[in-house]
Amino acid sequence: MAIPIAYNLRNLVVRRTTTVMTALGIALTVAVLLAVLALVSGLRTAFASTGNPLQILVLRKGGTSELTSAITREVFQDLKFEPGIAKNASGEQMASLEMVTVINLQSAENPRGMNVTLRGLNPIGIEMRDLKLAQGRWFNPGHREIVVGKSVANRYPAARLGGQLRFGKGLWDIVGIMDGGRSALNSEIFGDLGQISSDFNRQDGLSSVLVRAQDRASVTALVNRLNDDRRLNVKAQTEQAYYDAQTVSGAPLQALGIFVSIIMAVGSSFAAMNTMYAAVARRAKEIGTLRVLGFSRGSILFSFFTESLVLAILGGLLGCVLVLPLNNVETGIGDFITFSEIAFNFRVTLPIMAGGVIFALFMGALGGLLPARMAAKKEILTALREI
Amino acid sequence: MLRYFSFIFRSSLRNRRRSLLTIASIAVSLCLLGVLMAMYTVLFLSTDATPAQALRLVVHHRVSITQPLPVSFEQRIRQVPGVRDAMIWQWFGGVYKDARDPKNFFARLVVEPDHFFNIRSELTMPEDEKQQFIHMRSGCIVGRKLANRLNFKIGDKVNIQGDIFPVNPELTIVGIYDDPTDTEEESLYFNYQYLREALGGNSQQDLIGALSVEADNPNDVPKVAQTIDDMFANSPYPTKTESEKAFQLSFIAFLGNLKLFLAAICGAVTFTILLVSANTISMSVRERVREVGVLKTLGFTRGSILGIIIGEAVVIAGIGGVLGSLLAGGLCTMVRNFPFTAAFFRNLFFTPGVAATALAAAIVIGIISSFVPAYSASRTSIIDSLRYAG
Repeated sequence: MAIPIAYNLRNLVVRRTTTVMTALGIALTVAVLLAVLALVSGLRTAFASTGNPLQILVLRKGGTSELTSAITREVFQDLKFEPGIAKNASGEQMASLEMVTVINLQSAENPRGMNVTLRGLNPIGIEMRDLKLAQGRWFNPGHREIVVGKSVANRYPAARLGGQLRFGKGLWDIVGIMDGGRSALNSEIFGDLGQISSDFNRQDGLSSVLVRAQDRASVTALVNRLNDDRRLNVKAQTEQAYYDAQTVSGAPLQALGIFVSIIMAVGSSFAAMNTMYAAVARRAKEIGTLRVLGFSRGSILFSFFTESLVLAILGGLLGCVLVLPLNNVETGIGDFITFSEIAFNFRVTLPIMAGGVIFALFMGALGGLLPARMAAKKEILTALREI
Repeated sequence: MLRYFSFIFRSSLRNRRRSLLTIASIAVSLCLLGVLMAMYTVLFLSTDATPAQALRLVVHHRVSITQPLPVSFEQRIRQVPGVRDAMIWQWFGGVYKDARDPKNFFARLVVEPDHFFNIRSELTMPEDEKQQFIHMRSGCIVGRKLANRLNFKIGDKVNIQGDIFPVNPELTIVGIYDDPTDTEEESLYFNYQYLREALGGNSQQDLIGALSVEADNPNDVPKVAQTIDDMFANSPYPTKTESEKAFQLSFIAFLGNLKLFLAAICGAVTFTILLVSANTISMSVRERVREVGVLKTLGFTRGSILGIIIGEAVVIAGIGGVLGSLLAGGLCTMVRNFPFTAAFFRNLFFTPGVAATALAAAIVIGIISSFVPAYSASRTSIIDSLRYAG
């Protein structure tokens, strides 16, 4: 027969100072883990929502990023009329020649400046992306005008609507702010391809081509055909694969965070063990009484083990509450592939919180097993005699 | 206070299991705190560049390191007063064998062999190998640690696939350099002339990534930087010149707001230790209320009771702190010698300063955490404490 769980709950309430202190210790450990997982999850979401499964990104053979790739206009002309490329409503081929570079902007967080991706493209490139204008208007082709992503506008005081940025050969007017949902495009600046490439003396050394396949079935075929074409000498991959690979930028922080939370968990398990040993020691008489009443050693073991788990769950939930304010907070880290900053929001999701509670349960189990075993092993007579 | 030491020590031994668990818990957390503080120190507080590094500056495009500069800048920079020497410094990147294996990742840079050892004066290599590096165009040199890791020997061929450059260099190792300061033994350097020829008529041929400049003396560094930047301010390629240390630090900013991240975790860890310690002390005080009554009857003052209880907490936290510092020292050594550690953490030392801070933190935590239970125990009246049932 099991001892009612109410017995354990009441005990935790009676010894509330100790309970709260131990739970807080577990909560802080869980909070550190959750904060790191929320960061990585936010980063992953930003990259996952950038790629369109129908679209293919074409770089120079051997190129690993748009920044280091080089594509000429001739290659683009040859590539543009490959079979399998979709057309838009007005019958234009959905292929966008683009130039990507980075510029340096200063912010309060980084007074030394941070790299931001600058992309030159034609209107078809905007049409191929899932973008809305948050404020202002799009740039006019042939003008020195740019549109900044909403995260760029938030993070860099110089990048406000109506302001000007200096790069390339002079000043550029900011005429709009674009909203790419959760995608990495929020961290980019868009401008006219012709204007930007001439400012950077790269009229012929452009970066990449984005093409849209007619349907899912033709994506693989198109990727293979482009890769095999020796004349083009390009590397094609789906846009999603390209952005997925960038998630590794979060790896150093993730590794550090997991390392820290595991060490903290060891410390917190010791603390939980301490608390549970004290709980067992102080309740020796009660344990004796329970045994006299007919509860078995097994149910005593189970009862104390459960108490430790309840304590841990309490800590785990508290940890979730501690990180909740972090949800949707915007932050940015350097992306090693684009060599520029990617802004994203922390995402404290339900699966992440569930993971945190499970992590807490592990600490509770580690801390509770030995004390519970000690409780179960007590002899009735000695237990009753203890003060 | 000292005459109570053996009493304090014995009381902390009374519940051995509890003391051991608390010490273990504090030691583990403090070890973490120590390592994090060491990281913080090496990243943000160590401004002391090596004497050779203090002389060096990096010149790159003002907008970003990814934008090129014309190769002709090198000659003009060599003319600047206060500049001893200048050299092309170009990140080559590329892929060596299977890039998915992290073992195959190392820095590949393009330099000018006849200037390289003047500017990187801290590096050492036998004279005949230096001559080989200067004269053999397809020669390359590698650092000692890299050579050990990938089993490179002099005469080995190294083929690299270019990504930034449309060039696949086929190099021969002609030398292995050592770095007595032990910070940089993991790069491969090859000849700029080789790259330039391989690029042929490509538009990238006359452009370079950055220049490494050596000043005559460390005091000239800011002035030299200013002169160079002023010289090119109105050219199509404005420059930014900064000390090598500052240049390296800009890559750390790239990792995100690491400063805040480390500080937040240190805060969480400290608070956790505080909780653990406070919990233990209040548990042991609660068990000993009657004992405190006896002590008072024997004539111990409130002050000495306060001191005895706080002393016990300090002893436990202190032992935890010492163990934690030892662990942290070991962990730092492990991180330093781990093959894939980022270059910055090659200098991750658990310095006496950091150790002292960690220990001081442990002792302060001991005092703070025990103050409330100690104070209330010292205030309980004799009658109440003797009557206390436990």
